[in-house]
Amino acid sequence: MALITVKDLALGYEGQKIVGGLTFEVRTGDYLCIVGENGSGKTTLMKTLLKLQDPLSGTIELGDGLLRNEIGYLPQQTLVQKDFPASVREVVLSGCLGKGGFHPFYTREEKALADKQMERMEVLDLADRSIRDLSGGQQQRVLLARALCAADKVLVLDEPVSGLDPRVTEELYTLIEKLNKGGITVIMISHDIDAALKYASHILHIGKTVFFGTKEDYLKSETGRQYAARGGEER
Amino acid sequence: MIGKLGLYLQYPFVRYALIVGVLIALCSSLLGVTLVLKRFSFIGDGLSHVAFGAMSVAAVMNLTDETLLVLPVTILSAVLLLRGGKRAKIRGDAAIAMISVSALAFGYLIMNVFSTSTNLSGDVCTTLFGSTSILTLTKQDVVLCIVLSLVVITVYVLFYHQIFAVTFDESFAASEGIRTETINLVIAVITAVIIVLAMNLVGSLLISALVIFPALSAMRLFRSFRSVTVFSAVLSVICAFSGMIVSILAGTPVGSTIVAVDVLAFALCSAAGRFGGVHL
Repeated sequence: MALITVKDLALGYEGQKIVGGLTFEVRTGDYLCIVGENGSGKTTLMKTLLKLQDPLSGTIELGDGLLRNEIGYLPQQTLVQKDFPASVREVVLSGCLGKGGFHPFYTREEKALADKQMERMEVLDLADRSIRDLSGGQQQRVLLARALCAADKVLVLDEPVSGLDPRVTEELYTLIEKLNKGGITVIMISHDIDAALKYASHILHIGKTVFFGTKEDYLKSETGRQYAARGGEER
Repeated sequence: MIGKLGLYLQYPFVRYALIVGVLIALCSSLLGVTLVLKRFSFIGDGLSHVAFGAMSVAAVMNLTDETLLVLPVTILSAVLLLRGGKRAKIRGDAAIAMISVSALAFGYLIMNVFSTSTNLSGDVCTTLFGSTSILTLTKQDVVLCIVLSLVVITVYVLFYHQIFAVTFDESFAASEGIRTETINLVIAVITAVIIVLAMNLVGSLLISALVIFPALSAMRLFRSFRSVTVFSAVLSVICAFSGMIVSILAGTPVGSTIVAVDVLAFALCSAAGRFGGVHL
């Protein structure tokens, strides 16, 4: 049984369809990249997977005992966060809040979990620094640690490398690959077709044509060949 | 000067004013951090004008306890503004501006047309700048204020982590299963309660200062959410207390004196932040 099974999903806002006919599944250990042009509905799909938004039609089923709040999320950074006074530890700990409804204090286990995930993301030495003083790459690692506190089975990443320089981008991709090799299922939205083709096991292409399959099949498909070629030209 | 102060402190209304002032300053600064960071600095202004409008209606209707009308109306507006923010056709700053000026205009209009008072401009001035109302509090007002403040502080402490999560990153908070709508509702309701309480202290035109200045000052100096929250609460209490003492001794209007002290504190914090901020 797949972790996430999506059948004939249609997405949009206020009855306006953006994209339809999405059918795909994600299995444990997969690295799925969602690619497509701006406005094709990538972020909307992600929000629907996280149940932040309802689909117009179609179904999303979770299998293998996966619960909705066991999907960790790395959203795109918002303007508010740019000058937000919060220490790294405060941010990472906030990933533990999903576990119980009423939550006035953090337990010792939760503090230990936060420390563990900060260590895993190599930001433990920054724990008492303010998040607004960190570099873009460090901030993303902190937010990854927070996502891992919330859930360490499936990670959903929305353009994790946007705004990062090439060296830091490479480091972050390597880190995500390491998490994936360690058994975490990764679903990533990406503009970066080269990276998608390098790291992903499966590709979901949404836009005028919809493709879902393994990376190898994608490269053989008409959609994949064209998109990869254009992605190359744009750089 | 100490003797003069001692003399004033013998009057119960001065003691009431100090208690109420300190509590209001504490509550408003707690929420201030969240409101400033959520880019809702002007919500205090908007809501206080709504409260002014409701107060005019209450005055015209000759209600004995104005709070009974003012509090629910203000809470309702706060909920509409903070919750509807995302889906509404008119959003954020425009919605706040719209509600605030129309409530102000209608409030003044109603007061003029149906006025029962002989000193209309005095009444209006008091409501807008809170010039004397803090010194005319009854024991009942004080008890109500203490109860509401304690409720606000308790709710804030109990929901502190959720409030942080929702302020920092609402979509992540929603994805991990925090009921963000409920937390936003809690924030809206306690904001409204604080605004209604604070109207007694500084009047409806100056409330925003009480909400935003301590938070902004704390953010110049501190870098974690907890230290910013704690420092802004402490600073706000100190400013309100010293502002009230100054106004008693110098005979200046209470509300504007407190705000002046807040502005001064902000200037000091900014300067201190520039010459080596505290990295906590």
